[in-house]
Amino acid sequence: MTRGMIQHREPFLNTIAERLGRDRRQSLHKPSWQYQPQLEVYKGHSQENLLTIFIEACESVHTEVREIVTMDLARRLNETIEDYGGGPIVIGKDQRFVDFKLMETLQAFEVHQWDLQLRQENIEKAAEANIGISFSDISLAESGTTVFLHNKEKARAISLLPRCSIVIIPKSTLVPRITQAVQEIDQRVKAGEEIEAYINMISGPSNSADIEMNLVIGVHGPVKVVYLLVNDR
Amino acid sequence: MPMKIGTEPFFERVDHSLHDDFMRQAMVSAQDSLRNRKLAATTEDESLLDWELWRNAGEEIRRHTLENLDYYLEQLSEHYAARGGHVFFASTAEEANQYIQETIQKKQAKRVVKAKSMVTEEIGLNEALEDIGCHVLESDLAEYILQIDDHDRPSHIVVPSLHKNKEQIRDAFKEKRGYSASEKPEELAAFARKDLREAFLKAEVGITGCNFAVADSGTIALVTNEGNANMVATLPDTLITVMGMERIVPSWEELDVLVTLLCRSAVGQKLTTYVTGLTPDLEADSIDSPKDYHLVIVDGGRSKALGTEFQSVLHCIRCAACVNVCPVYRHIGGQAYGSIYQGPIGAVLSPILGGYEEYGELPYASSLCAACTEACPVKIPLHELLIKHRQRYVAGGGHPKVSEKLSMKAFGMGASSPLLFKMAREVVPTMLAPFTQDDRIEQGPGPMKLWTKIRDFPAPSRTNFRKWFADHTQKMGDDL
Repeated sequence: MTRGMIQHREPFLNTIAERLGRDRRQSLHKPSWQYQPQLEVYKGHSQENLLTIFIEACESVHTEVREIVTMDLARRLNETIEDYGGGPIVIGKDQRFVDFKLMETLQAFEVHQWDLQLRQENIEKAAEANIGISFSDISLAESGTTVFLHNKEKARAISLLPRCSIVIIPKSTLVPRITQAVQEIDQRVKAGEEIEAYINMISGPSNSADIEMNLVIGVHGPVKVVYLLVNDR
Repeated sequence: MPMKIGTEPFFERVDHSLHDDFMRQAMVSAQDSLRNRKLAATTEDESLLDWELWRNAGEEIRRHTLENLDYYLEQLSEHYAARGGHVFFASTAEEANQYIQETIQKKQAKRVVKAKSMVTEEIGLNEALEDIGCHVLESDLAEYILQIDDHDRPSHIVVPSLHKNKEQIRDAFKEKRGYSASEKPEELAAFARKDLREAFLKAEVGITGCNFAVADSGTIALVTNEGNANMVATLPDTLITVMGMERIVPSWEELDVLVTLLCRSAVGQKLTTYVTGLTPDLEADSIDSPKDYHLVIVDGGRSKALGTEFQSVLHCIRCAACVNVCPVYRHIGGQAYGSIYQGPIGAVLSPILGGYEEYGELPYASSLCAACTEACPVKIPLHELLIKHRQRYVAGGGHPKVSEKLSMKAFGMGASSPLLFKMAREVVPTMLAPFTQDDRIEQGPGPMKLWTKIRDFPAPSRTNFRKWFADHTQKMGDDL
């Protein structure tokens, strides 16, 4: 990868060091924090408890949750697509559609699967789609959040451009809160791994309270979000 | 448009605001609603166990980060560049604007979409881009409203259009964009969705602010609700992020704590709808991601606070919790501050970034009730900093207005010298003479104006107390 340019850094950082009354910091040992309240939240809660917390949180972020057993997933996905107005649909290139045996169900609709060869056409398809379907990589109980570690084939546009977003959440991805999600990412950073260019934590449909503090659901991103919570173990 | 709002002097601005009934009512209900939401999501949320520990954690992280700011900014720039992004360190607003102008001109791009960013407002980026012929569109709903309504200025750092009612918004949409539906917020927002969707798809350059940069991964974290920032970071080929140099955390671990503090304190949400981490990545064949990343890190006067008693103002995470509890903001609203940064944080920050000459009066827009300090999620001692500003201002230590400087200096000298003090007693009535009628001051200058509007102020007597007392004792002595 070509390295980017860094401009005007030295005088800028020298000014900072000078104002702080010392030489430039060349190395630093980050202290261990005295306060870490985030580690105590929902500590020791069972998966069942977390599930209850997750479902409650989804209500306050205006998101419908459907609990589903794995063998029913294809049928219930079909039903959910119908309930939310049918196709056109856009999905990413994600092995989990195959693993959960969903491709056949999806073929019954007008569905576009992300295809790098098709370039800009993908964006057009996503912008016209009624529904985008994706899988949550990490799911946060406290806030009813789905975390997406996007790449070029599990594209960011899928949970953004269509009118509705259906997110399939394997229960095994459920953790207490954002703390556990960032720990996972943090460990990868510290191990020198490259993290995804776009990590998005989404809690329900887009919204705004900018007009006289009235909540409007559905602004630029999806107007509706529905979670299919799958018992995958 | 730069940091400054309006050209009127402070007291005139306050005077105008006090007569804007809708605005005042809007401020009251917005403050109440935001404050209650914050309380429910912080001190009253038992799942957090103890909100005070969270505040301590926030303070601890911010203090450490600012004390080592040069180190973390260097680390951030290294990681951002290692992944192919370009980093430009801008000491001034002009340098930042010039770099962004040049970057866009090189691409011969014209269509720019922006997500909400206070720092781009501070440096006046929109005008700079319009100067080179760009069409710049704000995409945050509140900013979009302000832009449509003849570039009105923000009145709140989280909800910039707070002072506008839905009828005013409807009329502005009608006049400027041919809108034909009602004043219902849903319909107004649906119109913005449609209008902006097209712009997102056609834009060549996207510009975002930065809630927090993560030093050790080169990531920019954005905390939003509408999805517009995600559009800006997904669709255009070029992404330019502008950050105030203090908006940085060491790693994702600290990002967790600060995002939690920000979302809960600003809007009472556990997390905002979108918390997005953007890290440059130049996979040539990816489709829905930028191909060119630029990070502009702005000092813009911030470094003046480093190493001083004001350093902790740079701990601010822009949640506006202090604004939402301030009794003065409640009455005068945001625009009266004359700065894009309002309320207690604005009154502390604006004089540092913009100087006492322009903003020296703002630290007086406070009753020093300390509600701001109590509300701050990272424990900035705001009301103490306001007092320190006042001390510096009156001592002439900063760059106060010349007249203030002279009169305050004169007072300092006069009060410490009996002879000068005696002279001053005789000079003051003369200074106020133009405003005095029959021993009453009817239209006083500066701080006296509001008071004298309602009632007259007794003019300093030409026979002052000491003289009167001496005469009187003399008289009484005579009588005895």
